[in-house]
Amino acid sequence: MADATELERTAPAARARRPNARHPSPREYIRIAMILGIVTAAEVAIYYIDWVRENGLLIPLLFLFSLIKFSLVVLWFMHLRFDSRTYARFFVMGLAGAVTLFLVVLLTFRTFAG
Amino acid sequence: MTESHAATQEIHGHPALQHHFENMEQQREAGTLGMWVFLVTEIMFFGGMFLAYTLYRSSFPAAFASASNHLDITLGAVNTGVLILSSFTMALAVYFTQVGNRRPQILCLVLTLILGLAFLGIKAVEYHDKYTDRLIPGHLIPGASFGPQIQEHDQPIDHHKLHLLPGATVKQVEMFYWIYFAMTGMHALHMIIGAGLLTFLIIFSVKGRFDPEYHSPVEVIGLYWHFVDIVWIVIFTVVYLIPTGNGPA
Repeated sequence: MADATELERTAPAARARRPNARHPSPREYIRIAMILGIVTAAEVAIYYIDWVRENGLLIPLLFLFSLIKFSLVVLWFMHLRFDSRTYARFFVMGLAGAVTLFLVVLLTFRTFAG
Repeated sequence: MTESHAATQEIHGHPALQHHFENMEQQREAGTLGMWVFLVTEIMFFGGMFLAYTLYRSSFPAAFASASNHLDITLGAVNTGVLILSSFTMALAVYFTQVGNRRPQILCLVLTLILGLAFLGIKAVEYHDKYTDRLIPGHLIPGASFGPQIQEHDQPIDHHKLHLLPGATVKQVEMFYWIYFAMTGMHALHMIIGAGLLTFLIIFSVKGRFDPEYHSPVEVIGLYWHFVDIVWIVIFTVVYLIPTGNGPA
């Protein structure tokens, strides 16, 4: 019975802390959505700029923009930045494993040789 | 209801609490961790397709550039915007569920569903264009096997014809479309599953099943929805925007 009393005492406090303290506010979500929209517009715009293409900047810039969008969605919309580190570890481990496998196969097939 | 379940509810109060969890917070964390583990397997799944795409693109750069240039950047960009907006409404739906604000929660879930369906509608338009241009690979559609018309250099530009760059063959272009349909098709399937899950969330939200104590279904389906969004973000960049030839046709 002592355990039950302890939980009854602490759980509501823990729950009350959760919503606003650990996750972003609607205003932050609006800001992130606007940044994502602007980055997407920039991505499409540079696709049509010859100077970017001619100087070999198109692919690095597209990857950079894509990485920015990916990170913003994962960190804010999926609130990985605010949640338990355990989730982040799982996600990063999986991502690192996939990227490593990706690079190993590409190197095996000498994709970067040309 | 089992005796232990009844006993657990008696102690902790919430009807959604399952008997094998100590409290709602522990139940929520277990569900969220399960979804993250599932998303890791999804990274591996889509990663394999991105790998196949990269390998073939490096083997047939001219053909893949020809085929990539034939894709509709405008529709792809609009779809990216639609998905970003749907991720935003989904994030708000999770927030409003957590703070117990039911009406905006339902509104945001409905908006997310509408945007998801809009994405699928635009994708259908794109697929239809590929069908009319005879770019569906193999013999998947009887009577409409792969056989695009080729743009000749001395004729006026026709956007329904395929502009083949030097060194590219129709067979190699067909390989691009195999991978294109596999990637975008699997992504669309994930969207359809997501739309089904959102429908359940809306029904349960209307019935008042979620509250600040019990909101983990909205949260984990939200994670799934955002993941589908980031897969599209990468597909749009890699398949639509990164050329290896002379750029936009």
